[in-house]
Amino acid sequence: MAFLALSTQARGKRVIPGFHLSLGFTLFYLGLIVLIPLSAVFLKTFTMSWADFVNTVTSDRVLASYRLTFGASFLAALINVVFGGIVAWVLVRYSFPGKRFIDALVDLPFALPTAVAGITLATLYAPNGWIGKLLTPLGIKVAFTPLGVLVALTFIGLPFVVRTVQPVLEEAEKELEEAALSLGASHWQTFARVIFPTILPALLTGFALAFARATGEYGSVIFIAGNMPMVSEITPLFMITKLEQYDYAGATAIAVVMLILSFVMLLTINALQAWTRRRQHAGREE
Amino acid sequence: MSATVSHLQNPVARRAEPAIQPAATTEARWIRIVLTLTALGFLTLFLFVPLAAVFAEALKKGWSLYLDAILEPDALSAIRLTLIAAGIAVPLNLVFGVAAAWTIAKFEFRGKSILLTLIDLPFSVSPVISGLIYVLLFGAQGWFGEWLREHDIKILFAVPGIVLATIFVTFPFVARELIPLMQAQGSEEEEAALVLGASGWQTFWHVTLPNIKWGLLYGVILCNARAMGEFGAVSVVSGHIRGETNTMPLQVEILYNEYNFVAAFAVASLLTLLALLTLALKTLVEWRSHEQRRHQADQAA
Repeated sequence: MAFLALSTQARGKRVIPGFHLSLGFTLFYLGLIVLIPLSAVFLKTFTMSWADFVNTVTSDRVLASYRLTFGASFLAALINVVFGGIVAWVLVRYSFPGKRFIDALVDLPFALPTAVAGITLATLYAPNGWIGKLLTPLGIKVAFTPLGVLVALTFIGLPFVVRTVQPVLEEAEKELEEAALSLGASHWQTFARVIFPTILPALLTGFALAFARATGEYGSVIFIAGNMPMVSEITPLFMITKLEQYDYAGATAIAVVMLILSFVMLLTINALQAWTRRRQHAGREE
Repeated sequence: MSATVSHLQNPVARRAEPAIQPAATTEARWIRIVLTLTALGFLTLFLFVPLAAVFAEALKKGWSLYLDAILEPDALSAIRLTLIAAGIAVPLNLVFGVAAAWTIAKFEFRGKSILLTLIDLPFSVSPVISGLIYVLLFGAQGWFGEWLREHDIKILFAVPGIVLATIFVTFPFVARELIPLMQAQGSEEEEAALVLGASGWQTFWHVTLPNIKWGLLYGVILCNARAMGEFGAVSVVSGHIRGETNTMPLQVEILYNEYNFVAAFAVASLLTLLALLTLALKTLVEWRSHEQRRHQADQAA
């Protein structure tokens, strides 16, 4: 079988036309739209001295914004792992009226423009909003506090965990669960020993995707955050502030830090996805 | 390289047959109820209530004010600009997506995985940075700033900047859908057509395109939704000139910051309808591509 597949592939290399045309166009467009513009960020920072760069990216106000951005992104992704995991489980394993409609609507945070999400959440959680009204008597303030940032980031990260875990659960071999149960394992043991290890890579991938998305998020956060320096100012907003003061070098220095972190996350996500696929594959071959 | 490879990135290929639940692995009834209610409660709080709130706020003062807010000249010009930006960005990224998928799925070459990662880059970059890069290139102090000023060409704080930023943020959408799909389909059908004497373009139009049409449409739908809804990147390069460089999401921001909530939510409701339409089309495409694959499987059997 493997030999057959290999020989087809080798023949394909000769027969299929358009390699140079499609590769050439792909690289040209990639360079023009993505690589050259992105390299501008790195080249711009070289105009700063090292000391200036370090001072800019480690000032108290920026450090506070990193803490908020990464802290809230982490918590939001964690909330989505727990509840997104439950949503995926319910959508795959149970049936109830309106399930297909709800399944389709899970992707709303992908499709809804972030500015719309931002003003809607800010209005809902404001002290006189539908949800804010219920929370104010309890002494909980969400809008215009760091808690508001968490709400917005939970919203935009919602589909990631659901959509990474769902296909893995759909493909999971129920025979293993049946075997565990018939050999006397409890439902909880079956979950902890059989189901959880199966979906763990997908959960981690979903977490990483939601986290990565949240750290760069701007539109849905700025309306609900209140944007107080040192308290509820996220890093992307601080870059905008720098730009509005025509401090291009300062904005770019922070952008470099954020970009490097995104590259690290991108590589992590790729590795996690490869792991998920290997797991799925291994499960099938055995 | 089986279909499993594509499962994570490609929802078109993802939909599996609905599984039949053997009774033995079903949890106790109360666990099922608690889990279902938890899931529905979470989704109600984060999806259904916000969705309802958009329309409730937009129609708070009645239909006539709602229509006034949408038909106002600045709003109309924002709608026009949004359509222009998406109308340029989506076709360009569509052509790129097909070329990139053809390169990656049909050929083996060194550096392929690096190319794949680079194509994904715009997804992992903050929207603010996506706008910032064009300020660095075309702004007054930017690389091309002086040259552009001498030739009296405006890119930043004008329509071209908005279009460029939109192209950047929607760059990977079509490619990302097509690459796993075409990899899973392999090249046998194309090879057969070519051996039988079809030209390269004929093979593409009559063999490849019909096979990838649903994935292509899927990518275009998602690409369009993001193109019309992008806020952060466009906000950085737009300059917020009313009636000139405001897209719909920017118009929403301006109206909201002026405490004109009804008008802000009126424009927002149009974008929300677009999002709902996107989800409906997406579900339809998933359903159709599933049908197509089942049909092909039946024929093969």
